[in-house]
Amino acid sequence: MKYIDAKDLHYKELNKLIRYEEDTHVTLTNVMGQRFIGCALEGKNIDITGIPGNALGACLNGGSIITVHNNCQDATGDTMDDGEIIVHGNSGDTAGYAMRGGKILIKESGGYRMGLHMKAYNERQPLMIVGNRVGSFCGEYLAGGTIIVLGYRENGNCPVGNFCGTGMYGGRIFLRSNELPKDLSPYIDASVATIEELESIREEVTSFCSLFDITNIDLDKDNFYILSQSKVNEYKKKYTTV
Amino acid sequence: MKREGEVRIPSGCAISGIFSKKRRLFSGEMAIDSIRVMHDRSNGLGGGFAGYGIYPEYQEYFALHVLYDDRKAKVETEEFLEEHFDVINLSKIPTRKIHAIKDEPLIWRYFVEPLRTRLMESQLEEYEYTARCVMKVNLHIKGACIISSGKNMGVFKAMGYPEDVGEFYRLEDYKGYCWTAHGRYPTNTPGWWGGAHPFSLLDVSVVHNGEISSYDANRRFMEMFGYKCTLQTDTEVIAYMIDYFHRKQGLPLDKVASILAAPLWSTIDRMEEKQKREITYLRKNFSSALITGPFSILVGFEGGLMALNDRLKLRSLVVGEKDDMVYMGSEESAIRILENDFDKLTYPKGGVPYIVKLEDQQ
Repeated sequence: MKYIDAKDLHYKELNKLIRYEEDTHVTLTNVMGQRFIGCALEGKNIDITGIPGNALGACLNGGSIITVHNNCQDATGDTMDDGEIIVHGNSGDTAGYAMRGGKILIKESGGYRMGLHMKAYNERQPLMIVGNRVGSFCGEYLAGGTIIVLGYRENGNCPVGNFCGTGMYGGRIFLRSNELPKDLSPYIDASVATIEELESIREEVTSFCSLFDITNIDLDKDNFYILSQSKVNEYKKKYTTV
Repeated sequence: MKREGEVRIPSGCAISGIFSKKRRLFSGEMAIDSIRVMHDRSNGLGGGFAGYGIYPEYQEYFALHVLYDDRKAKVETEEFLEEHFDVINLSKIPTRKIHAIKDEPLIWRYFVEPLRTRLMESQLEEYEYTARCVMKVNLHIKGACIISSGKNMGVFKAMGYPEDVGEFYRLEDYKGYCWTAHGRYPTNTPGWWGGAHPFSLLDVSVVHNGEISSYDANRRFMEMFGYKCTLQTDTEVIAYMIDYFHRKQGLPLDKVASILAAPLWSTIDRMEEKQKREITYLRKNFSSALITGPFSILVGFEGGLMALNDRLKLRSLVVGEKDDMVYMGSEESAIRILENDFDKLTYPKGGVPYIVKLEDQQ
């Protein structure tokens, strides 16, 4: 394990130190807003205390795990390909923007535009789980992958802001909630998740809860909604003229 | 060199603000420490600060901070000021010669009071009188720019990175209960001193991160009420709109926020009846003052500070509170550098203002 004190280091120097470090496990302390930490990194684990800057783990590659022990800022996991980003706090806006693989796990809440335009292809199936709630435009233009919002402090209230899933034309959004968002677009199908659908996320949700010590979530008893693109009003028809 | 207004400037930028609800005074260095963290959000083409409560010994007078291109502009402006104001005190604003800040204009400060006879003649109250005089100088005297005109407050801005601008103006020597800071990233012009943030009229100052798509509509609307946009960067018009709605029309700031960042109609539809009527009224009547495009702003005013995002929240903004202190910033790191243990951390929603005021003024 290699320790790096990030105090007063510019993000370019810091990222160079991480990239050329031979040890595969790097622990950063005193991080204060340095951007692009772990950008396009492959096969390395990074542990962060302090506040990592914007675009943490952008274009992240396989075999990498980034763990943040505080909150993170905006655009975490931007266009990430693979690997995992684990945040033991809140996230700013647009985490998982255009993400095309890997996992982002956020214990508390996320800002606006979480999972904006995530996409999937064959075995690349990105996943984002948020423990509590997210702001507006969650999963906007979603093209693939899965977003799960658990609302673990919300007592069954809807854990998303306005315009959830607006423009989505692929992928799935799971909401642990007793009510649906009030302004759902007609281009979205929303229904209570079936047993099969819940089975498909059971493993991930269970390990998320044990990772963050969240104990009040019960996949068998709690109500989960699933949102997906409408089978009748397909956006696809808007984009392609057949 | 083309000045702003001759070319269009979208900008990136960083903002931060610090406020003590108990009116505890602290030096401008804290604002410098905060904005320095976001160095990479600026490109060295503008930085600035606004401090409130910094001139207690002259608190009943308007403090004018003026930038002059040359002596001629200074002579002309001082003649104008002598004609319209009683000048209580005038001095150069103390600066420190540093490598990072070059080509400074002449930078002067005047504490003034409207001349009683002129004021009576004008049939205006002193704030309106002073505002009109400021507009007049900025519009008609070539090479003169009044960047700040409130009471017991001041704006300090320059070309350069904000942390250097703070050092240049010796902000460690000023103590205020509120500071805002700005680092600029204009992408289309060289930028210039007057075009740096904050933009200010009377005691209102605005720092802004974003780009106003509706600038021209907003500008034309404000011209109907006598506000001339002389600096022609989009932020200037926000300062005037707040001055108009808040000072002249007497609307509380949360209502002003509902005009500038009006909710979408689909959101208004779901409001309860009373609120719906009110917001619909504001949106319909002042549609020309709706700001479209991404923005996060901090608005300093006498006794308070307001943070506001555009309704779609296309820019970042975080607010932390600890005891009587309130910290606001584009990035969490910019406020964590000052305080690591918040009582409360808030990510304001789009279009929802976060307003703090001095406890003795609530």
